[in-house]
Amino acid sequence: MNHLSRIIVCDGNEAAAWGVKLSRPDVIAVYPITPQSSLVETLAKFVAEGELDAEVMPLEGEHSVLSALQGACLAGARTYTATSGPGLAFMFEPYVRTPGLRLPMVASLVNRDMLSPQCVWGGQQDVMTVRDAGWIQIFCESAQEVLDTVIMAYRIAEHPAVMLPVNVNHDGNYLSYGVSRVEIPDQAAVDAFLGEKNVNWHVALDPERPMAVDPLTGGADAEGAARFVAYRQSLCRGMQTALAVISEVHADWARVFGREHAALVEEYRLDDAEIGLVTIGSMSGAAKDAADAARAEGVRVGVIRIKTYRPFPIAAVAAAASKVGALGVVDRAVSYGWNCGPVYQDVLAALYSAGLRMPVLSFIGGLAGADLTGAHFARAIAMTRAALREADATLPAPPSPIWLNADGEATR
Amino acid sequence: MSLSRSNMPPIPEDLAPVATALSTMLAGDWRAMRPVVARERCVKCAVCWLACPVQCIVERAHWFDINLAACKGCGICAAECPHRAIRMVEEAAA
Repeated sequence: MNHLSRIIVCDGNEAAAWGVKLSRPDVIAVYPITPQSSLVETLAKFVAEGELDAEVMPLEGEHSVLSALQGACLAGARTYTATSGPGLAFMFEPYVRTPGLRLPMVASLVNRDMLSPQCVWGGQQDVMTVRDAGWIQIFCESAQEVLDTVIMAYRIAEHPAVMLPVNVNHDGNYLSYGVSRVEIPDQAAVDAFLGEKNVNWHVALDPERPMAVDPLTGGADAEGAARFVAYRQSLCRGMQTALAVISEVHADWARVFGREHAALVEEYRLDDAEIGLVTIGSMSGAAKDAADAARAEGVRVGVIRIKTYRPFPIAAVAAAASKVGALGVVDRAVSYGWNCGPVYQDVLAALYSAGLRMPVLSFIGGLAGADLTGAHFARAIAMTRAALREADATLPAPPSPIWLNADGEATR
Repeated sequence: MSLSRSNMPPIPEDLAPVATALSTMLAGDWRAMRPVVARERCVKCAVCWLACPVQCIVERAHWFDINLAACKGCGICAAECPHRAIRMVEEAAA
């Protein structure tokens, strides 16, 4: 621990707010929505009390929030917002424009399950619905990781070879309101870590550099088509470059602040494992506890936690998966079109790209605030182990998920 | 990690969609219908001038004319004119 750090006890939303404060954004545009509200309220309080020199714009809706931030970013400001579920849906039009303009914003998604049925609780259906909109998607496990990752996200987003917006995801309820010990890094150290911002060197609202932003591009003629394709290719290239940049920034964070967070994929007790659970977000803690408990009974199981989800770390996932003979992928969202979890789809594709074929089960749980407990993961471990034992059996096709929480029984 | 404008990389052409050259194309280049003013019917009430969404109505001494370089041919002036002094004709026929 850096000797200038200090320790507080707070929830994930406040931890995110501390990460934002330390990153010194110039403009914060907000609209409150459960379970994000206390995050932006904390930021408003920081500004009201003079601890953060930023302009807070409380606007009439999320569409306006992100549109205002686009203008601020084009004018050279470091920007921030946070939203959840339906708020993200209302933000969609400027949301899809942001990566194409290569605006390096940071926005927290305090993950909330999607309508309908009406619900206000945690789940990752919101972010999974926009998983290929061109934003970098990073998922955190703990409040400390939320704080640290928000700061790192600015350096990733603003890297000149990346220039893409980053969503830092933390699960609604479990992370947003779960209270734990959090270390607040020293401001001067964070300032040095982030360096001087330059967010509009490539596209700007600046009278000294007159330009039209986002002119009509594409069309049927060959030149327009080629130009449009070039922008798409450039965005894909930025995404792929981000894989290395995310790793570099995490390594630098560990060097400066002494806290190591997995950059792309975290491997937990995987080296001698015969089966693995794949997890994402705050559920990973319970999965690791369940793996520890199973190992105490002689089951060789490890956990593969997806930290960076977009760009998808294909090679890192395949490398981790190659250590085991069967996988159980646990999602907190549903791919309606594939009848499985979205992370499950990604893992299958990563295995295919590496020429790996093994039994892989899709588990879906923790929807709409439902608890994902050690018992649920014990069940996932047992079923994945059974799939390994019957490895010569055909893989389920089409994939059909195992719905945790479907039996209505409370499990601890 | 300090970044200033001077040590940033050159701006790649394919990074963000921007235009720094002015397109000389005006709405008149792709208009399908053209408004034609009957000067003898125009009483200069200025309803067309008020209604035109691109403000291409030009005032003359005794009538209102159209700036055809800017007119996109929407026909609102013709529909609004209380004296039916404006009619829309096909560009190809004009």
